[in-house]
Amino acid sequence: MSLQPQELDYLSKKIKRKLNDTEAHIVAAEWSEHCSYKSSKKHLKMLPMSGPRVIREKGFDSGVLDVGDGYVVTVHIESHNHPSAVEPYGGAATGVGGVIRDILSAGTRPIALLDGLRFGNIEKDSQARWLFKNAVTGIADYGNCLGIPTIGGEVEFDECYANYALVDVASIGFGKKERLIKNHADAGDLVVLLGGSTGRDGIGGAQFASDSLETEDRSAVQIPDPFIEKLIIEATLEARNEGCIKALKDLGGGGLSCAISETADTLGIGIELDVNRVHTREPGMNPREIMTSESQERMLIITDKKKLVKLESICKKFRVTCSVIGKVTSDKMMRVKNNNTIVASMPAEIVANAPLLDRPSKEPAYLKELQKRKEPKPASDLSKTLMRLLSCPNIASKIWVYGQYDHEVGIRTVVKPGMDSAVLRLDNGKYLAAKIDGNPKQCYIDPKNGAIGCFEEACRNVVCTGATPIGMVDHLQFGNPENPEIFWTFLESLKGISEFSKHFDIPCVGGKVSLYNETPQGPIKPTPLIGVLGLIEKKPLHTQKSEQGDILILIGATKDELGGSEYYEYIHEFVGGKCPVVDFAESKRNMESVLHIIENEWARNVHDCSKGGLATAVSEIAMTSGIGCTVSLDNVPSSKMSDDNVLFSESHSRYLMSVSKSNLDAVLGYLRAKNVTFGIIGKFEGKSIMFSKSKKVIVKLSVDKAHDKWFNSLKDLVLHG
Amino acid sequence: MYHVLLDVFKLDVKYFWHEDKLPKDLDAIVLPGGFSYGDRLRAGVIAAHSPIIADVKRMADKGMPVLGVCNGFQILVESELLPGVLLKNTSLNFMCRWTELIVENNKTPFTNKFALKERIPIPIANGEGRYYVDKATLAMLKKNNQIVFRYGESVNNSVFDIAGICNKEGNVVGMMPHPERAVEAEINPRDSKPASVIFESLITTVGARK
Repeated sequence: MSLQPQELDYLSKKIKRKLNDTEAHIVAAEWSEHCSYKSSKKHLKMLPMSGPRVIREKGFDSGVLDVGDGYVVTVHIESHNHPSAVEPYGGAATGVGGVIRDILSAGTRPIALLDGLRFGNIEKDSQARWLFKNAVTGIADYGNCLGIPTIGGEVEFDECYANYALVDVASIGFGKKERLIKNHADAGDLVVLLGGSTGRDGIGGAQFASDSLETEDRSAVQIPDPFIEKLIIEATLEARNEGCIKALKDLGGGGLSCAISETADTLGIGIELDVNRVHTREPGMNPREIMTSESQERMLIITDKKKLVKLESICKKFRVTCSVIGKVTSDKMMRVKNNNTIVASMPAEIVANAPLLDRPSKEPAYLKELQKRKEPKPASDLSKTLMRLLSCPNIASKIWVYGQYDHEVGIRTVVKPGMDSAVLRLDNGKYLAAKIDGNPKQCYIDPKNGAIGCFEEACRNVVCTGATPIGMVDHLQFGNPENPEIFWTFLESLKGISEFSKHFDIPCVGGKVSLYNETPQGPIKPTPLIGVLGLIEKKPLHTQKSEQGDILILIGATKDELGGSEYYEYIHEFVGGKCPVVDFAESKRNMESVLHIIENEWARNVHDCSKGGLATAVSEIAMTSGIGCTVSLDNVPSSKMSDDNVLFSESHSRYLMSVSKSNLDAVLGYLRAKNVTFGIIGKFEGKSIMFSKSKKVIVKLSVDKAHDKWFNSLKDLVLHG
Repeated sequence: MYHVLLDVFKLDVKYFWHEDKLPKDLDAIVLPGGFSYGDRLRAGVIAAHSPIIADVKRMADKGMPVLGVCNGFQILVESELLPGVLLKNTSLNFMCRWTELIVENNKTPFTNKFALKERIPIPIANGEGRYYVDKATLAMLKKNNQIVFRYGESVNNSVFDIAGICNKEGNVVGMMPHPERAVEAEINPRDSKPASVIFESLITTVGARK
């Protein structure tokens, strides 16, 4: 339990007596950093959260966006870092389960998952490999079983996650606007707990997630059961259709303590429940355990007395257990009984609203030290360097991962995972693109510009499919916020995200903050993660292979920005240098131009430049097309800089596109008219990926050999070490 | 599957709950994919004991066309409407990828519009999709022309690269790949026509276009 002495004092003053043991545990769960956001809440207000498409209703655990024709898309993101670091299979699986229930609780059907995975150096560290392998299997077994496609995400390895894991899961839902749950309740309504039984697993999980991971408390990790999750999805949606749900909330971190206090507080009601009515997995559980258990696959429903029979018959049909555990009262109290004894009685408003903190922040000393570091000399053999980058774990194809996820179930996945972003078709004839991106290497060097970069990269990825960004979710993952230097990096990242969000009118519709991500070696690098949803009104870009004679155009300027690049970190093992900075005006101009070109069907494929820079992005198009590409660095728009810098700089706002000769004039005419920075940098031909400068070849790789390395190296590493 | 039968092929299609009785006036039965009972114990084994399976068996015995896809195939095998078993893939992982099927039997209600050896681009998505029978049964399958589809490449070490089979009479067909994910041009990046022939064959057989 982790209530601070000053918090206990505050509580005694508010309630005018000392809390008993059960009450203290209930409050501790709800006031954990994980549930209360006490360190971050004050600052999260800087994010713009409204917009013409955003629908905000009380009690929603996920963001809701209007996509027209009476339909909505919902989205949410969560992490399950601490549990996954201890028990990767169950931790990752229950992470998937939790975020799906947030989508369900708005009254929408979950239709897709994305996940961001981060581990230590898997080339050297067998534990990181074990965590990676099992987290992927956990996600696959859970998502596949539910029939919800996992359509994308990202995987990254970095020493800062040694002995640790970041498992982020985003889920997308879809439904009719009129079927959204309008959370409300009246005195006398019944409080029903539906789904899996409550057991001793996951007790204190929220506090466990709110402390540094010093002990491996396996009992705090929840046990996954995807089949029950499937049943509660179907039962809940049917109950929604039958009008049996007045209010709906999923049970996640903090278990019943959190769900009851937050529901009561949000709806301005009181709730009285009897722990003896909760269906438990084992006998002899005491009220404190029942109230703080984080057993999975449970939903809380408030229903009208008259609808109970119908609700019970739906549950019976799906063989889902449901228990009437209490009733709605008008006194705004959260009251817990054990048969006839009252074991806890507190105003819901107090339980649900931890006093917010104003944590001090200070620019970290390490940033000054990084600036002093001398940047490394260029690599001598650039062909070898590119080959090493293509096969490095962060750049190599992630097919070993997404090949285990059923990414097509539901028959919506129009653009499959593997390149920039997957695209789903919606029932109103429109399309939805979704991508999540993070970049801890850049965020470590420059927390603000690094975070902006993640946001822009996620936008670029959806833009590459022809989608206009309509909303974002953020997941802010940092170390211990009590350290002012860490808190400073949190604030800087948040400022960056807010600025970009405001400038581009992409509202933040949801998010999560995960703090206390500490490993035995110290805090993780700042890891904000941005998920962007994009909408396509007419038709997505169905990527075609580049063909012989196609022209390669690069949109955007390449700048001297190797800081945090894979080239510096993987090849030179150097941390430092200048982090890429997004020029908002250029970013907007480039996005609009790419969308216009895609809409007019002038490009065969469009791919963004990110990890590994221009050289990697060109290689990826060549390898997936099975054709060579000859590029002249002389035509790459850039300031004067070394060849390795042009090849591997990870400057933002850049897009590559293959254009057939017949569409070339249209594309060039448009780009010139719009004053876009671009270059006609190459041509698809032959069987080699070739870069030259002043007519001298500086990189030459066989496409087939490069493809073999890029395609297989991650799988080989996982299977054979 | 329901969407494809209803919206793409315009068939009169209905869901039946696992505890329902089947009406007598059906033309064909399709057991779609999906993790029935969460694949607990073994994929398809619990669903094979659902009350409705008794009716499926009775109608199959009378010659009604029955198609099982993925978990549907696993259920047909577990309920002994089809021979053999489906084991865990040799990778021990779930596999979601596109491959090619070769039509080996064009006499079933679901393949009668194919030419023999025709190729079908199609996705697979399963964890327990490795078809296995002993040598004697394999010889019998070959002799009775019960092998309906084979993979065009080695996908998961299925015996004889078998992807789909039928019963001796040919009216019950089971297959691991997902034809319903391959019949729409928008979803199928290669060619949606071949997979469509599976459903067009059914329509020809039962003459049931709505």
